[in-house]
Amino acid sequence: MSDIPAGLETLDFSYAGGRAAGAFAPVLVGVVGSGNLEVMLESTPNDDCSVRVQTSARGFAPIWQAVMDDFHTRHGLAGLRVSINDMGATPAVVSLRLDQAVAELPNGAQP
Amino acid sequence: MISYAECSARERLALLLDAGSFHEWLPPAERLTSPHLAQLGVPSAFDDGVAIGRALLDGQAVFVAAQEGAFMGGGVGEVHGAKLVGLLRRALRDRPAAVLLLAESGGVRLHEANAGLIAVSEVMRAVLDVRAAGVPVVVLIGGANGCFGGMGIVARCADQVVMSDVGRLAMSGPEVIEASHGVDEYDARDRALVWRTSGGKHRWLTGDCDALVEDDVAAFRAAAIAALGAARPVTLQALEDEHALLAERLAAVPEAQWNDGVHDDATRLWERLGVADAQRVPALDVAALLALHSHGGR
Repeated sequence: MSDIPAGLETLDFSYAGGRAAGAFAPVLVGVVGSGNLEVMLESTPNDDCSVRVQTSARGFAPIWQAVMDDFHTRHGLAGLRVSINDMGATPAVVSLRLDQAVAELPNGAQP
Repeated sequence: MISYAECSARERLALLLDAGSFHEWLPPAERLTSPHLAQLGVPSAFDDGVAIGRALLDGQAVFVAAQEGAFMGGGVGEVHGAKLVGLLRRALRDRPAAVLLLAESGGVRLHEANAGLIAVSEVMRAVLDVRAAGVPVVVLIGGANGCFGGMGIVARCADQVVMSDVGRLAMSGPEVIEASHGVDEYDARDRALVWRTSGGKHRWLTGDCDALVEDDVAAFRAAAIAALGAARPVTLQALEDEHALLAERLAAVPEAQWNDGVHDDATRLWERLGVADAQRVPALDVAALLALHSHGGR
């Protein structure tokens, strides 16, 4: 038996630096279904990027850390709040959903 | 042509309504999520699986709700149901040209048990209140999850039902019927059987849906526009007519003639309803079926 307790796991990440995402209406992409997730992006007045993940797949904190580090390296956005509800999506699906959400930002096309 | 079945709830809203006109109430950023799911270790959705708001349809103000079938099968939980009820009650006050329900649901979200059951019954009451106030309620069904359980009843409480041939509408879903009556009675894996007995073509032939359309967002939009202003008052006479129709239908195929080895139940019923070449129905596309049979209506 696993020693990981049942239930949701909540993970928080924060990244300093990066270019300001600017003001925008909240963006929602994806659906909370098996192997899928929803990603919501919101504008904040802060100069960091904060991430909160709620996932039904417990025990994958190091993988989430790597996926979010990678996201920050790719986009480096600040003034951003990322909220994720996950139902066991693979790292590749998570990265694609994050890119999809950024693409919907008003200035998402910028490098 | 864009498949309605393959769109998410939010994609349907974006494509069905006048471009950019949807204004959402209680949007995802409000985080009005289920109070029950997290306790069970199940992740929530920021919108609890339904988006509600106002919009324009062909320039007319409408209220609209869209259920997301990919989240818990579109199951109605406490918050999900409360959003539907709130939308309908607001329609009593603001009197839009119609309330559109883009239904895709297996019914009550079993994780929320009694709260979900109460929510669905409140939705039914609210639909009837809106109808009684003269505001038409139009239900659109074309998602892969169909419209079952309590939402199936809600659909038949509405003024108008629009379905595609891939849409399904029923009370108990296929697996539920098989579990309770046995695989000999109903094989849930027999897709032809499932669609013969709950699919859009069957529902249209029996008058349970008012418009049968292709699996195309533009076709659903056109049918929704046509349904604007088509309120169907709930009167004693209308109820008595419906009861007479159902009694007539029951008498059309007596139980002794069910599954007589020549035709299955559905084909036998279509035949008795006057459908020419009833055995061809499952193979026909929507246009061919519409050409074959003039709708008797309810």
